[in-house]
Amino acid sequence: MSAPIDIQPGETFTLNVGPQHPATHGVLRVKLEMDGEYIVHAETVLGYIHRMHELMGENRTYPQVLPNLSRLDYLGALGYTHGHVLAVERACGIEVPERAEYIRAITVELNRVASHLFWFGAFVMDLGGFTPLMYAIQDREYILDMLERVTGSRLTYCYYRFGGLYNDIDDEFIPAAKAFIPRMRESLKKYDALVTGNIILQKRLKDIGPLSKDICKRYGATGPVARGSGIDYDVRKNEPYSVYPEFDFDIPVYHECDSFARYKVRMDEMEQSLRIIEQGLEKLPDGPIMPKKKPKLIKPPVGDYYQAVETARGNFGIRIVSDGGKNAYRFKLRSPTYSNMHLFDEACEGMLIMDALALMGSLDLVIPEIDR
Amino acid sequence: MGAYFSEIFRGLQSLAIGMGITFREFFKPVVTVSYPMETIKMSERYRGHTELVENEDGTPKCVACGMCQRACPSKSISLASKSVEYEVEVKGEIKTKKKKVLTKYNLNFTTCSLCGQCVESCNFGAIDFSKDYNLASSRKEDFHFDLLERLKERNS
Repeated sequence: MSAPIDIQPGETFTLNVGPQHPATHGVLRVKLEMDGEYIVHAETVLGYIHRMHELMGENRTYPQVLPNLSRLDYLGALGYTHGHVLAVERACGIEVPERAEYIRAITVELNRVASHLFWFGAFVMDLGGFTPLMYAIQDREYILDMLERVTGSRLTYCYYRFGGLYNDIDDEFIPAAKAFIPRMRESLKKYDALVTGNIILQKRLKDIGPLSKDICKRYGATGPVARGSGIDYDVRKNEPYSVYPEFDFDIPVYHECDSFARYKVRMDEMEQSLRIIEQGLEKLPDGPIMPKKKPKLIKPPVGDYYQAVETARGNFGIRIVSDGGKNAYRFKLRSPTYSNMHLFDEACEGMLIMDALALMGSLDLVIPEIDR
Repeated sequence: MGAYFSEIFRGLQSLAIGMGITFREFFKPVVTVSYPMETIKMSERYRGHTELVENEDGTPKCVACGMCQRACPSKSISLASKSVEYEVEVKGEIKTKKKKVLTKYNLNFTTCSLCGQCVESCNFGAIDFSKDYNLASSRKEDFHFDLLERLKERNS
């Protein structure tokens, strides 16, 4: 379907998708040069919701930046705040109690499942099926309720603190999470039968939107996008952080490079996250959630610190350059979808517009995170 | 040719399976609430806007030290105080002492991001999260809360 076609010069027109368009999931503008239904050239235009998070990180003290990180990616916010606290803890040399690390890992994985569920619903809605979104949101609601009871908020969490957590999990959390795992496994079976096996979905995704290994490496794509193209890279395995080395889980990798492979990677990842949550609840030790010795004022020694974490969308890196003061001298955020999105410009040339939108959906773009 | 027809057959079968699942969902219990008529109870740790905590006699616990003001990332809190002389009996003698009394505590909720830094920074437990969430308004001024006024209203 997406075979390159012969394009006569001077026969194209420009089509703006966005900045206000349901298919772009936010304020992303894509300038498409079209020849009939085929895309000749695509250009993504950013900057509509730039909020200067990096500059805010340099103007505010370290604890004051905490709420900013969850405003990057509102669907998988805990992963980003995890990266931030790990970076500052590494810089200051703060020891984190084991219980806090376990709770962090469990909540991050729950948040990853919630994020993938929402992506699943939105992606199938992009392709024209509305019903799965409702089922996905219903399952996601259980996770949000659980996290709300623990963290106090539903979407933009500010739960982790340097050295530990804002507060301990409550009594209901563990039974609720334990009941959620079999429920979610049932739901995954339901999604497999309802959506994955669906002939329309397969025809829309299989062999559509190829992203070769080479292009993923050139643009620095990470996360499920890279793993759908046969690159076996996951920060949790390759550069283990937190308590991840103690968990037994697999990294799903598919070599088909098409939109369907990326779909399968995310569906498999949900199962792997459930495995991590299960083991985490099993191993959860007792103890404090904040270290006994913690500096009152966060002032990292002069130096350059970097921490990468695997969020729901890929490799999120945070670099803090400290000059010894209360504020960071440089606060650099490397967000995964920024790199993933730029594949789109090159990959969608010569594609049908509907296939290109399916490709865009499979990249799992969250615009506030691209446009920090 | 055979592959073509078997694909059509499998395709139709997959659609029928999907229809079966959606049909079964018809008979599942309803999970939503009709919002304005029924509301759900907020969880214990729900973070609404902040609220002043009172002493037993109804006065605010706040001593106007300004820690929350300094901790706030968005400069949403502004407070004012005056010093008041009061008399206290120490060993049979009446002495006059000075203390700070809160006269104004304004929270600009339009810029608040509910991070909880103010609650955490408070050494006296004088601020806490409320459970309010029905806060829709079309006027910006409705989100400039005078927390001291709200405390008085609560007590009256």
